[in-house]
Amino acid sequence: MATPVLDKVEKESAASPYITVTFRIRRFNPEISDAVVWEDFAVEIDPKERVLDGLHKIKWDMDGTLTFRRSCAHGICGSDAMRINGKNRLACKTLIKDLNPEKPITIEPIKGLTVLKDLVVDMEPFFQAYRDVMPFLITKGNEPTRERKQSPEDRERYDDTTKCILCAACTSSCPVFWNDGQYFGPAAIVNAHRFIFDSRDEGGEQRLEILNDKDGVWRCRTTFNCTDACPRGIEITKAIQEVKRALITRRY
Amino acid sequence: MSSDTTSAIGPVEGAAYDVDNPAPYIEPPRKRTGRTPKSTRGNFEMAAWLFMRLSGVVLVVLVLGHLLIQLFLDGGVSKIGFAFVAGRWASPFWQVWDLLMLWLAMLHGANGLRTVINDYAERANTRLWLKGLLYTATVFTILLGTLVIFTFDPNIR
Repeated sequence: MATPVLDKVEKESAASPYITVTFRIRRFNPEISDAVVWEDFAVEIDPKERVLDGLHKIKWDMDGTLTFRRSCAHGICGSDAMRINGKNRLACKTLIKDLNPEKPITIEPIKGLTVLKDLVVDMEPFFQAYRDVMPFLITKGNEPTRERKQSPEDRERYDDTTKCILCAACTSSCPVFWNDGQYFGPAAIVNAHRFIFDSRDEGGEQRLEILNDKDGVWRCRTTFNCTDACPRGIEITKAIQEVKRALITRRY
Repeated sequence: MSSDTTSAIGPVEGAAYDVDNPAPYIEPPRKRTGRTPKSTRGNFEMAAWLFMRLSGVVLVVLVLGHLLIQLFLDGGVSKIGFAFVAGRWASPFWQVWDLLMLWLAMLHGANGLRTVINDYAERANTRLWLKGLLYTATVFTILLGTLVIFTFDPNIR
């Protein structure tokens, strides 16, 4: 019984796994033109490879001017968030076979941020919002001589929001952020949530006050775009709602 | 802390544009400029958000009850006339019901449209005009409706 199965596997692996996939990339180069062009690249690629591998093949073998960000290439650093087939994802976590490779795969920079070149956007507004919520531990009084202790239950309270890698997939999928970019955005609120609900932190009141802004949590329309886009599977909309609830229960 | 970060940020890479570099310069959103208001914090947005939830719950009762009485019970829509309205407004209970419904529905709807304008109107001028129109219409309708409910005269000729 076992032998024919093995034969079959060998035969399949002997055949070439490569298929031709069309990458349709939104190109923009401010040194050449202020217009945006869509460029098609036909790439021979194994469908089990990732979109990032396709981009590498284009950059290394076909067109060296293609510009995109990536660092670790394994879904940890959050550099290569882009809009692939109309949805914000990490290029390094998206497999070709999950994208219907028969049709061209469209790749755009994430929306709502100024495009600098090709797939590279200016992340400054995004990080400005992140800095504004003070994403660091704030405490009063003397520092303890040993570590700050916390029960597993208290740690569990904000566990989900510690997973954020600041890739901006959520913020740049938010239709409220697309409008004027003044909304803090889901990522900043998630990182505020991580400290607001940390039992060791004492700056929660300050952070809540910051998020009580005209462009703070109250501009969230619960469209769940952020939750859908998050490559780490953080329940972002839920975290935003928890911040809203904390703001209301704090007052009343 | 939040208003003095300009100096800490270097110029955006590639921000210099000239004849050889023709892409338009777009000021990044959230950049701190002279026009940036110092603080836009306050409890107004929270109050508005909370009002939408609470008034929504009350309006479900008020509006469904209103529709039921006006359109279905006791002969349905054909019974509505000057006499029917006059008869209902003779009772303070229906006066309060209608007054509450008018105020809550108008404020609920106006606040909803305000957020729609905030979300969709991109230019400050467009926002200003749309909101001005919205607030004028809201105030006019609320005042006129309130005036009618309180000064209604069933013996009018």
